[in-house]
Amino acid sequence: MKAIGIILAGGNSHRMRELSQKRAIAAMPIAGSYRSIDFSLSNMTNSHIQRVAVFTQYNARSLNEHLSSSKWWDFGRKQGGLYVFTPTVTLKNSSWYRGTADAIYQNISFLRSSHEPYVVIASGDGIYKMDYNKVLEYHVQKKADITVVCKEMPSQMDIERFGTLKMNEDCRIEEFEEKPVVARSNTVSCGIYVIRRRQLIELIEKCAEEGRFDFVSDILIRYRSLRRIYGYKIKEYWSNIATVEDYFRTNKDFLKPEIRDYFFHQYPDVYSKVDDLPPAKYNVGVSVKNSLISSGCIINGTVEDSIVFKKVFIGNNCYIKNSIILNDVYIGDNTHIENCIVESRDTIRANSYHRGEDGVKIVLEKNERYIV
Amino acid sequence: MIKKEMIAMLLAGGQGSRLGVLTSKVAKPAVSFGGKYRIIDFPLSNCINSGVDTVGVLTQYQPLRLNTHIGIGIPWDLDRNIGGVTVLPPYEKSVNSEWYTGTANAIYQNIDYMDTFHPEYILILSGDHIYKMDYEVMLNFHKENDAAVTIAAMPVPKEEAKRFGIVITDEDKRINDFEEKPENPRSNLASMGIYIFSWKVLREALLAKAHQANLDFGKHIIPYCFEKGERLFAYEYNGYWKDVGTLSSYWEANMELINIVPEFNLYEEYWKIYTKSEALPPQYISSDSEVERSIIGEGASIYGKVYNSIIGCGVVIGKNSIVRDSIIMNETQIGEGCRLDKAIVAENVEIANGVEVGVGEEAPNETDPSIYNSGLATIGEHSYIPEKIKIGKNTVVFGKTIEKDYHNQMLASGKSLIKVGEK
Repeated sequence: MKAIGIILAGGNSHRMRELSQKRAIAAMPIAGSYRSIDFSLSNMTNSHIQRVAVFTQYNARSLNEHLSSSKWWDFGRKQGGLYVFTPTVTLKNSSWYRGTADAIYQNISFLRSSHEPYVVIASGDGIYKMDYNKVLEYHVQKKADITVVCKEMPSQMDIERFGTLKMNEDCRIEEFEEKPVVARSNTVSCGIYVIRRRQLIELIEKCAEEGRFDFVSDILIRYRSLRRIYGYKIKEYWSNIATVEDYFRTNKDFLKPEIRDYFFHQYPDVYSKVDDLPPAKYNVGVSVKNSLISSGCIINGTVEDSIVFKKVFIGNNCYIKNSIILNDVYIGDNTHIENCIVESRDTIRANSYHRGEDGVKIVLEKNERYIV
Repeated sequence: MIKKEMIAMLLAGGQGSRLGVLTSKVAKPAVSFGGKYRIIDFPLSNCINSGVDTVGVLTQYQPLRLNTHIGIGIPWDLDRNIGGVTVLPPYEKSVNSEWYTGTANAIYQNIDYMDTFHPEYILILSGDHIYKMDYEVMLNFHKENDAAVTIAAMPVPKEEAKRFGIVITDEDKRINDFEEKPENPRSNLASMGIYIFSWKVLREALLAKAHQANLDFGKHIIPYCFEKGERLFAYEYNGYWKDVGTLSSYWEANMELINIVPEFNLYEEYWKIYTKSEALPPQYISSDSEVERSIIGEGASIYGKVYNSIIGCGVVIGKNSIVRDSIIMNETQIGEGCRLDKAIVAENVEIANGVEVGVGEEAPNETDPSIYNSGLATIGEHSYIPEKIKIGKNTVVFGKTIEKDYHNQMLASGKSLIKVGEK
């Protein structure tokens, strides 16, 4: 194998609002049956990358639970495997990961002890399918030092939350700005990089010596004219879920037949932890329209234009419209939910009313659940 | 030294011919059940939930699907360093190679396997019942009674008792007589085909009866132990237990799952049923569809109307199609404008647009009335039904059919259409 993988999954954002209280973004449930990190993990395994490190930091309980066994992504191998690196206190270091580069630096032994020539760095909050070998081939062909996967975004998107870049006709990156005040290009970095392993070790160590911690601003931007940094443009679906609005939109994208077909029916598959839930059940008086329903659900009411995650119970006479109901939610009878995201494991009392007036409302009731 | 207190031997080699075309390509234990499961998932899940982590699965008839399903036992947590699940097919020996000729003969041929674990007890199971049972409780009963053999038995109505093997016990549940399908049963305790043997007793009996033709537990081993004066006990079981040996009982058992709180509840946190998940994505229900009183598996796409039905993983039901009182197994594709009533459609079937199944008046099946009855229309796996065909009741279709195979685009009630030998 030619590359090892690193997935940066430690991040959190205030733009996820209340949803970030519970978990790192990489652990956000997505498309009914998955978690965000499944996409990068599945891409790794489908690209035959066998040795993958996941860096976690912010509230990783949910994520660790999800990664408790590596067998779902076929990483339980003698050669390689899945490594989860959470910050630890060592003789030389007692700080958290102070940035992405620092996270890699604190685990530099993972890079040193590998023998594969390349490293693929991805983030845990991207929803996409990608054969990293194609990027790797491009990287070799361009004789690049670093290759950055990028995508042209429609101009109505808030491009300012991404890293934006400008390339020359050879696709060499000339300008790179992280979260610009005013974006001068609508080509954004997808947070997926290919770099030679020795090169990465050298850059990361230099960074650490100088007391710098961030991969993007301290390596990509700082070295953009010194090193050969190339962009690899993709046309396929790619979505970052790091704000509530994007998270909501990305989930709803899965109601489109072409997106479902792309992710669910075309080779290769996306893998996730198997939960051993029974099939979904529809009782009398149910009306479900244009919605995704996951295993373990019991539906009694009306559901329209919504994504219902695993093990959700929807009571009699409920009306769920244009909403996302996360895992293991119990919704009591006669409840109206519209334009909302209902946080996982919540219990919504009977006769409740929730409606997102302008934009998406996050429902967090935190009621006790009594199980008979 | 390897030591397991009790290991299970699961008999999964039978064809289950009363399920008709459903078992033409797969052994009965591998037949789908309840949307995403296969029948063998129930005894396997019972094993791991009861703390039995060593299971030998005896296969013989059409084992491919079964072997693929079981794999190394990951879904049931039976991938163990010591023990776990082992598939045991018949094998060639230096002298007298033979198939498994009977239930006990299959066990006899695997004495070496059982010896490796130095067990105290052997649990004998069959792969054709739907139930949840804690074998550990049964084992405790076996130990308390210092039994040589314990037979799980359940009370059945007197009129049904004549279909079963009946055990007659004293007040301590010690068995003092047997009756096989009696006209006038003296007891209502029916044997469920689940036995716990003390290994020494079983081993001795298997060796003593080794040369018996078609060596069978019910006919030979149990009577042998009984006549020898061993202590035989009946363990009374009162939970849900369903034999799915016939198409009508198979259909009924599936339909019972639809009830609001079914007697056999798959949604309990305790005593989960595990299976190999073949699909992960959620199911999609479109804007024009209606779904009521149904169970639908992962990855299905419903564009039509579904009532009172069990829909497997990855099934597609086209626009304006109506599926009622039916069982549709994994990966089957149903076109647009179809109507299915009381149909059992096996896996990977393709039904073209405008097909109607289960139409007309009932008529007894002309070839196998004892298999295809109760008004059901059964379609075997990997079949193809061309456009606008009508299929009656008590019918069976199997194979890639073309319009010429039908009479006026119709297969009347009671007819069978089986195209075998084609790929």
